[in-house]
Amino acid sequence: MKIVIPRFPGTNCEFDTEYAFEKLGHEVAIIWHEEEIIPSDADLVVVPGGFSYGDYLRSGAIARFSPIMKAVRSFADNGGYVLGICNGFQILLESHLLPGAMKRNENLHFVSKHQHLKVVNSDNRFLRRCEEGEILNIPIAHAEGNYYIEEDRLKELYDNGQVILKYCDAEGNPDNPNGSVDDIAGICNKEKNVFGLMPHPERAIEKILGSDDGVKMIEGFLP
Amino acid sequence: MKAIVNVYLKEGVLDPQGKAVHHALGALGFENVDDVRIGKQIVLDLGAPSMQSAEEEVKKMCETLLANTVIEDYSIEIVQ
Repeated sequence: MKIVIPRFPGTNCEFDTEYAFEKLGHEVAIIWHEEEIIPSDADLVVVPGGFSYGDYLRSGAIARFSPIMKAVRSFADNGGYVLGICNGFQILLESHLLPGAMKRNENLHFVSKHQHLKVVNSDNRFLRRCEEGEILNIPIAHAEGNYYIEEDRLKELYDNGQVILKYCDAEGNPDNPNGSVDDIAGICNKEKNVFGLMPHPERAIEKILGSDDGVKMIEGFLP
Repeated sequence: MKAIVNVYLKEGVLDPQGKAVHHALGALGFENVDDVRIGKQIVLDLGAPSMQSAEEEVKKMCETLLANTVIEDYSIEIVQ
């Protein structure tokens, strides 16, 4: 399986992401944002975390207009799988490949810690190896993870099974680190081929680093 | 001419920065503040042929890049 990772000025999670997928035996290509084409043998595009364009204006607002994002859009429109992690999620929101928007964390702090997540919906390619209700331990590191969507569109998300991950504590009770609506940590599009989440599964693939729960998440994309 | 664009969170969208500043003002004894909203101002130098065409162009800029209309509103003022 071939994974393509677009890299923008200010991206800093591309090598962690590469390491994670290579560890699982995938072929990875990191490509510069000025490229206009996604290699035709790509099975998955992962838009990685970081601070593209220094988060100027809004997180992801400028990266959205990079040449590579046009290619990512047509890749997604043709049914290709796209995963956005942290800043990658923000870029997909700004690109309108996913619904909603990000605001500053409610407490205005940059939050960097291990966080428990509850799998809300696993009827999708990304989380199909997880159980619904399962609790995962995955690091978060962001200042703008306060997910917002209008009430009627939120209802649509639930109706279509697009809310896939929520923040919680070790017992599964609500525990919201950033003020995001309904404790939402991750969503997908209606067609269930574009996914976005603030937590970093690629940083949770070695037990010695605190958790390897990220493995079963990204393994979902395996054939 | 110049365009002065103000971008701010929509009414009804909770503004975490505004809330924190409101709290700080209260702690400093400024008790008559009912609400604080924080936005950003973007000033553009333009070479547009007329004020009307400038306004139309800046509106396009706001819709495409300067504001995220999912959560933000904007206002445009064109000055000579």
